Amino acid sequence: MDIPYTVEPRPDTGLYNAKVGIWLFLASEVMLFGALFSSYILLRVGAMGDNWPHGLLNIPIGTFNTAVLITSSVTVVLAWASLKMGNFARFRKIQSITILCALGFLGIKSVEYKDKFTHYEIWKKDGARMTGHIEGNPWFWNTATLDAKNLQSVKFHPDPHHYAEAKPKHKEAAGAPAAGHEEGHPAAIDIPRADIKRLSAYVPSHSTYFGIYFTLTALHALHVLGGAIVIFYLWAFGSKMWRTQPIRFTNRIEVSGLFWHFVDLVWIFLFPVLYLL
Amino acid sequence: MASPIHSPAATPPTTAHAHDAHDVKKDVKKYLIVFAALLVGTILTVGMYYVHIPSLVITITVALFIATVKAALVAGFFMHLISERKAIYSVLLATAFFFAAMMYLILWHRADIPSKSNWWEGNITKKEGPRNAIR
Amino acid sequence: MQTTHTHVHGAHEVHHHPPGFLTKYIFSTDHKMIGIQYGVTGLFFLLFGFLLMALMRWQMAYPGQPIPIVGQLLLALLGPEQAAGGVMQPDLYNVFGAMHGTIMVFLAIVPLAFAAFGNYVVPLQIGAIDMAFPRVNMASYHCYFWGGVVMFASFFVPGGAAKAGWTSYSPLATITDAGFAVNGQTFWILGMVLLITSSLLGAVNFIATIIQCRAPGMTWMRMPFFVWAEFVTAFLLLLAFPPLEAAAVMQLMDNIADTSFFLPSGLVVGGNPLDVSGGGSPLLWQHLFWFLGHPEVYVLILPAMGIVAEVITNNTRKPIWGYKSLVYSLLAIGFLSFIVWAHHMYLTGMGTKISTFFQTTTMIISIPSVIILTCFFISLWGGSIRFNTQMLFVLAFLPMFGIGGLTGLPLGLNYAVLHLHDTYYVIAHFHYVVAPGTIFALFAGIYHWFPKITGRFMNEFWGKVHFVLSLIFMNLVFQPMFGQGFAGVNRRMYDGGATYAGAAGPMEAEWWAHIPFIGPVLYVMKAAPDTATVPHYWIDLNKDISHAAWALGLSQIPFILNFFISIWRGRKITSDNPWQATTLEWQTPTPPPHGNFDKHIEAHRGPYEYSVPGTQPDFVPQNQ
Repeated sequence: MDIPYTVEPRPDTGLYNAKVGIWLFLASEVMLFGALFSSYILLRVGAMGDNWPHGLLNIPIGTFNTAVLITSSVTVVLAWASLKMGNFARFRKIQSITILCALGFLGIKSVEYKDKFTHYEIWKKDGARMTGHIEGNPWFWNTATLDAKNLQSVKFHPDPHHYAEAKPKHKEAAGAPAAGHEEGHPAAIDIPRADIKRLSAYVPSHSTYFGIYFTLTALHALHVLGGAIVIFYLWAFGSKMWRTQPIRFTNRIEVSGLFWHFVDLVWIFLFPVLYLL
Repeated sequence: MASPIHSPAATPPTTAHAHDAHDVKKDVKKYLIVFAALLVGTILTVGMYYVHIPSLVITITVALFIATVKAALVAGFFMHLISERKAIYSVLLATAFFFAAMMYLILWHRADIPSKSNWWEGNITKKEGPRNAIR
Repeated sequence: MQTTHTHVHGAHEVHHHPPGFLTKYIFSTDHKMIGIQYGVTGLFFLLFGFLLMALMRWQMAYPGQPIPIVGQLLLALLGPEQAAGGVMQPDLYNVFGAMHGTIMVFLAIVPLAFAAFGNYVVPLQIGAIDMAFPRVNMASYHCYFWGGVVMFASFFVPGGAAKAGWTSYSPLATITDAGFAVNGQTFWILGMVLLITSSLLGAVNFIATIIQCRAPGMTWMRMPFFVWAEFVTAFLLLLAFPPLEAAAVMQLMDNIADTSFFLPSGLVVGGNPLDVSGGGSPLLWQHLFWFLGHPEVYVLILPAMGIVAEVITNNTRKPIWGYKSLVYSLLAIGFLSFIVWAHHMYLTGMGTKISTFFQTTTMIISIPSVIILTCFFISLWGGSIRFNTQMLFVLAFLPMFGIGGLTGLPLGLNYAVLHLHDTYYVIAHFHYVVAPGTIFALFAGIYHWFPKITGRFMNEFWGKVHFVLSLIFMNLVFQPMFGQGFAGVNRRMYDGGATYAGAAGPMEAEWWAHIPFIGPVLYVMKAAPDTATVPHYWIDLNKDISHAAWALGLSQIPFILNFFISIWRGRKITSDNPWQATTLEWQTPTPPPHGNFDKHIEAHRGPYEYSVPGTQPDFVPQNQ
C-alpha cells in the first residue's frame, strides 16, 4: 500500500506535517546563523582597533537590496494568499515578482562581490598601508601572484583615504563611501615589489572582517538561491498539482514562503550589523 | 482503505484554519501595511547611520531594536506566527533561548579571562590585552 | 465536503508493481528498511572503528615494534610515511586516534542508537504507518552513507586522514598537512558536513513524526519511554549541530582559503611566520565545537536509556517505575545539556565567574541522570525477572553506566580537572559510559528486536557467551585506565607514555600487580608512588589493557556469527509477540509490512501494562 500524503492539519496540534517540518528546520537555521553572528561579535570585539575596517560596504546598494528582499517577502505571502482565495493566475503573476526580486538580489550581490575582488590593500614593509585598485582591475591577486608573475612593481591607483583613517563616513556626502568607486582615480603610482610586505584583495583571507563578511553573506546568498530555485520550480511546474491536489500545492507554497521569510529575516539582521554598525 | 493515522471523518477539522478565503482578503491589507512598516524601518536604520549618534552603545541598541521589530513583523504576520499554535512557539522559544545562551556565554568567557601578569587584580578589559593572546 | 486526506490514487490510476531492487534496498523510503540500512552500515563502522583502536593498542603495548601481519598490510595500503617497516608511525597513530573517535561517535553510535533503532521502532511504537517525511528519511541515510565514504576515503588521501583529533582543534587542524592542497583534514570537514546534514534531516523527521503521526489515543504520556528518548535526542541534534556546521565551514575556509577565523596573530610554524591575516580566535572553534560536543554525548546515551527501559519493563513483567520522573528528567537533561559545554574547556584560561557557572550547571545535570538510573534500579524490585540475553546486557548497563557517570563528577569540577585533564582518567570515564554503557544497550536492543525484524531468534547460548566475555573484557580494558589517569598518564601519546615513564623509577613487576582490579590497588598501597612522576608500572599496564582489548575483539566473533547465521537459520518465532510485550511494535505481523499495521490502531492504555491484577496473560497490549 502506498503511504498517502497528508495535507489536513492534525486536530490537536492544528498543524500539517510539512509546516511542523519547515519550522523545525528553520529553528536549526537560526542556530546556524546564530553561531555565525556570535562568531562575528567575538571576532570583532577581539580585533585590535584598525584591524576592523569600517565604511567599506556600499550603503545605498545595501539599502536597495534590503528593499528588494522585503518586497519579495511581501509578494511571496500575497502569492500564497491568492492561492488561498483560489486565484491561480494572480498567484503566478505575484510570484513572478518574487523570483525577479530574488534574481535581482543575487545580481546586486554579485556586483558587490566583484567590486571587492578588484579592490586591493597593500601593506608596505615600512608599515604604511594603502588601499586602491591595480591597473587593469585584475581579480584575486595576492603577494604570491606577484612572485608567480615575476613582477618588479605594481601599478597602483590609491584611494583618497585608507579605511583606518579618521571616520570617512562623516566627511563624505551620502552615497559616496570612502572606498567605493570614484570618478577620476588619482594617477597611478608604481610600488616596487621589494617594498611590498603583503598584497591582498578584499577577499576572505584579507582579514577576519572580510572572512566573516563573505561567510555570512555567501551563506545567506546560497539560501536565497536555494529558496529561489524551489519557488521557481513550484511556479513553473505547479499547475498540474494545483489542478489535482490544490490543498497540497497551497501548502507547498506556504512552506516555501516560510523559508523565504526566514531568509529575509536573516538579511534584516545582516544588513545593519555588517553595513551600518 | 482506512488510513490508520487519522481519526474517522466524523471529526471535522477544527479552527486550525484561521485563513478561509474571506479571512485572507482582510489579511492582504495587513500584509501591505507591514510591508510599508518594514520599508520605514529600513529607512530609519540607514538614517541613523548618517545622523551619527555619538554613543556607540545607543547606536547598536537602537539599530538592533529596529531590526528586532522588523523581524517580529515579518515573523508575526508574514509567517503567521501570531495566529500559530503553541507547538511552534515552544520550539522557537527554546531555540531563541539556546541561541542567546550560546552567544552570551561565548562572549562572557572572553570578558572573564584573567590577564597574564596580574590575575589577582581581576580580569582584563578588552583593549589592553597582549596582541598575541589566545582570546 | 473536505476529504480527510488526499490519496494519490484519488486523482489518477496508480500501478502497484512490485518495487525493483534499487527502490526496495537502495532508495527505499520505508522507515524499516532505512532503519536496517542504518543498522548494517553502523555496525560496519563500529567494527572498523574498533579495529583502528586495536591497532593503536599494539603500538601502545609494544611501541616501535612492527605490527604482525597487519603491519605489512598497512605498509602496502598507506605507504612508508605512515607505516614504515610495518611499524605504526607517529602520524599514523594520530590518524587512527582521530578517526577512531570520529568514526565511533558520528558514524557508529549515533547512527545505530538514534537512527537505526529510532527509524525502525519509533513509528511502530506510536502507531504510525511511516515517518512524516519518508523521502527526507532516505536522503538522510544517503547523506550519512556518503559522508562515511568520504571519511573512509580520507585514509588514502596524500598525508593520510585527519590527525588533529576528533575535536579538530585549530590551529593544529589548519597547520596539519598544510603542504597538501587537499588533505585529510579537508576530507574530514566535508565528511562532517554530510553527516551533520544527515542528522539534521533525521532530527526534523523524528520530531515531526512524533508530534504529528501518533495514532489516536496515543497521548504524550502514553508513549513508550524509548519514543520520548528519541524525541529529546532529536531536539539535541536539531539545535546543537548547526553551530558545528558553521564552525566546520569556517575551518574549511581556514584550511583552503587562507582565512584566519581560528588562527591567532603571530603564529610561527617551522620557523616561518604563517602567511595569513591572523586576528582569529582558537577559542572560538572550541566553543562552537563543544556547543555541539556536549549535547552530542547525551545523544549517545539517551536512546540507550530508552532501550534499557523497554527491555527492563518487558523482562521484569512490571511497568517501569517512575514514568513521569523519567520523562521530566529526560526533558531536564535535554535543556541543561546546552549550557554545560565549557566544562570541556576548563584549562583554556577561564575566569572564575564563568568557570563557576559551568561547574554549577554540570553538577546540576548529573541529578536527572541519577534519577533515571535510580528509576531503572527500582524497576527491578519485585519483578519477575527473565534472564534472557538482552536483560543480561541491560542489567550490566546499570552498574557500568553508574561507574561512568560517577567518575564523570570529578571531571565537572575544574579543580580536579587541573590534574585529570587530558589523562587516561577522562578516556576511562567516557568509555565506561559509551562502551559498557551505550553499546551494551545497543546489543540488548539487537537481541530484543531481532525476532520482530527477521522472524527468528538469535541463539541464546551464544548470546550469553557474548555477554559474559564482553562484560569481563570491557572492564579489564577500561578499569586500569582510571589508575593510569590519576598517576598522570596523558592521552594521545604515541608510545603510550613510555618515554615519559623512562625518567621515573624502576617498575614494580611482581605478578600480583597485574591482577585485574586488585593489582593496581595493592600496588598503590604498597609502593605509595610519588605521583609527580609516572612509574613505569602504569605504562606497563598498557600491555594488559591491550591484551584485554584484543580479547574483547575476539569476544565479538560469537555475536557476529550469531547475528548472521540467525538471519537464515535462527529458531523461528511461533508468535508475532515472542517476548509478550505490550508496546505497539509487537502488535504487527512479522516482519511488519509496508504500512506497518494490518488493522486500525488506537491506543487505549499506557505503554507498560504488565501484571495488571485480574488479567490472564500477565500483560495487556497497548491497543487492546
